[in-house]
Amino acid sequence: MSKPHLYAKNTWRKLREYFIELLLLLSACVAILATAGIVFILVYESSSFFVHVPLKDFLTGTEWTPLFDNPKYSILPLLSGTLVTTLVALFLAIPMGTIAAIYLSEYANSRLREIVKPLLELLAAVPTVVYGYFALLFVSPLLQKLIPTLSGFNMLSAGLVMGVMIIPYISSLSEDAMRAVPMHMREGAYALGSTKLQTALKVVMPGALSGITSAYILGISRAFGETMVVAIAAGMQPNLTWNPLEPASTITAYIVQVSMGDLPHNSIGYQTIFAAGLTLLLLTFLFNILGFILRKRFREIY
Amino acid sequence: MEKNHLLELHKLIRKHKLYDNLFAIFGLIALFSALFILFVLILDLVNTGYPRISQTFLTNFPSRFPEKAGVLSAGVGSILVMLVTAFIAIPIGVAAGVYLEEYARKNWFTALIEINITNLAGVPSIVFGLMALGVFVYKFGLGSSILTAGLTLSLLILPIIITATREAIRTIPGHIREASMAVGATKWQTVKHHVLPYSMGGILTGIVIALSRAIGETAPLITIGALTFIAFLPHPPFIPEAPYISFQWTMDAFTVLPIQMFNWISRPQKEFHVNAAAAGLILLSLTLAMNAIAIFIRYHFRKRIKW
Repeated sequence: MSKPHLYAKNTWRKLREYFIELLLLLSACVAILATAGIVFILVYESSSFFVHVPLKDFLTGTEWTPLFDNPKYSILPLLSGTLVTTLVALFLAIPMGTIAAIYLSEYANSRLREIVKPLLELLAAVPTVVYGYFALLFVSPLLQKLIPTLSGFNMLSAGLVMGVMIIPYISSLSEDAMRAVPMHMREGAYALGSTKLQTALKVVMPGALSGITSAYILGISRAFGETMVVAIAAGMQPNLTWNPLEPASTITAYIVQVSMGDLPHNSIGYQTIFAAGLTLLLLTFLFNILGFILRKRFREIY
Repeated sequence: MEKNHLLELHKLIRKHKLYDNLFAIFGLIALFSALFILFVLILDLVNTGYPRISQTFLTNFPSRFPEKAGVLSAGVGSILVMLVTAFIAIPIGVAAGVYLEEYARKNWFTALIEINITNLAGVPSIVFGLMALGVFVYKFGLGSSILTAGLTLSLLILPIIITATREAIRTIPGHIREASMAVGATKWQTVKHHVLPYSMGGILTGIVIALSRAIGETAPLITIGALTFIAFLPHPPFIPEAPYISFQWTMDAFTVLPIQMFNWISRPQKEFHVNAAAAGLILLSLTLAMNAIAIFIRYHFRKRIKW
């Protein structure tokens, strides 16, 4: 009597185990579906866009006026805005983040580090729209006192605030990488009479270069895809310029600008945001591949 | 000659010691100027926005008149969107993490899933918005609804939850699983009674961090067509007739706090900027509070479990 009962329970149990595993597997597959959805929809909508607009015009023209009567579709003005704001951000964040990382990893005692690191990471937790507010209504007026010719919307303040935003990405990851360098390497340098600074620059940093590169790449792709700060503080006028004092739109800001309007589905204006999004995604992807290659090249095995 | 050499050496040592000390000062300056900026940002928001926060600010709808405008619809929208996001992202994220750590075999398919998760984490948030616009809004016909917003943000924070779950599970030693299976537990029983409870601290921390990211997210929700001016509330979730619960609200149009704030920033009048600061202060307080909770959870659980 008891035996068949046990078997039945066993089959039921196996069935349940199998079912649960299937459920968990399906959950994991959501990640694949999401990526597939992103790539599919961007390529699909962009392909209808590129039927109307030759790729050559898209890549070489100088004007981006898709919503005008005489539309011109060249991504360059948006790309220049994106690049300038990103460069300004990196100009601030890479030195600050790296110095902070070296200090935290090589100079600070553990108590200071335990307190400061989470505080620094809060910089990355502040909502980006709040940073946008700060850039437009606090940093820009402040900078205008220093540079009277600065316009209210400008890429400089947007870039600088974005730089502050990505400092923790760079400092935290770089510090983790530096702390992973084994102690005996530092001790070797100290034994030869190096100061902490010499050790940090000539032993620790080269040893952690792979991790530091990933930190920089992460910072770059964050700045590149950042939307609200530039949409609020850099202005929304496509402008082919390399001067950070001028206002300009970025790829992301353009997408926001169009989304706020009421564009009919399947119109060419609607498709432009997908073409812009595809450009953004491809460039981000390119950065990540570059990061992967650099990381492999600089990897040190202890 | 000898003496000269020694002097040179002393000079060299002094020089490098000076550099060392200078750098230490430099490092402190870099660190504290970054924190100082955070401090100034908070101070500016408090200074401008705090006097504006009142009961009417919290219970009024947006308005053409800055002094009458409030964040009621945005606040309710944020709460509802967060509810949908949490409801979708937490089970899927934790399940995916458990699968990858406890069940997945080492093969190409698992590698594919892992690559996709890493990639998703690097995709700019606005691209998620574009995907949602194309797929959820138009292909699935969900419109610019609370449900669409929740789905979009869920996908956005999924990589954070999955990674946190995996890292938390990975800290559990293998002998715990072996002990459980040795007394006849199945894999799922082991996961349910041992793996999940012991990794709860790390998982919860990840979930709270992920939700704090979602609550401040603006760009993807603008992309899916969230409105900026909403003077009504969504359908109530409870109705007087059977079945008493209604999901009508998931299909309603919505706005959220960050979008409301963005809308007020974009207006030329100074009074609206004060409203924006007040909304920003509420938003920032929510985010910082959630981060504090995450730090607390991490600390609490780290103290309790010792292997």
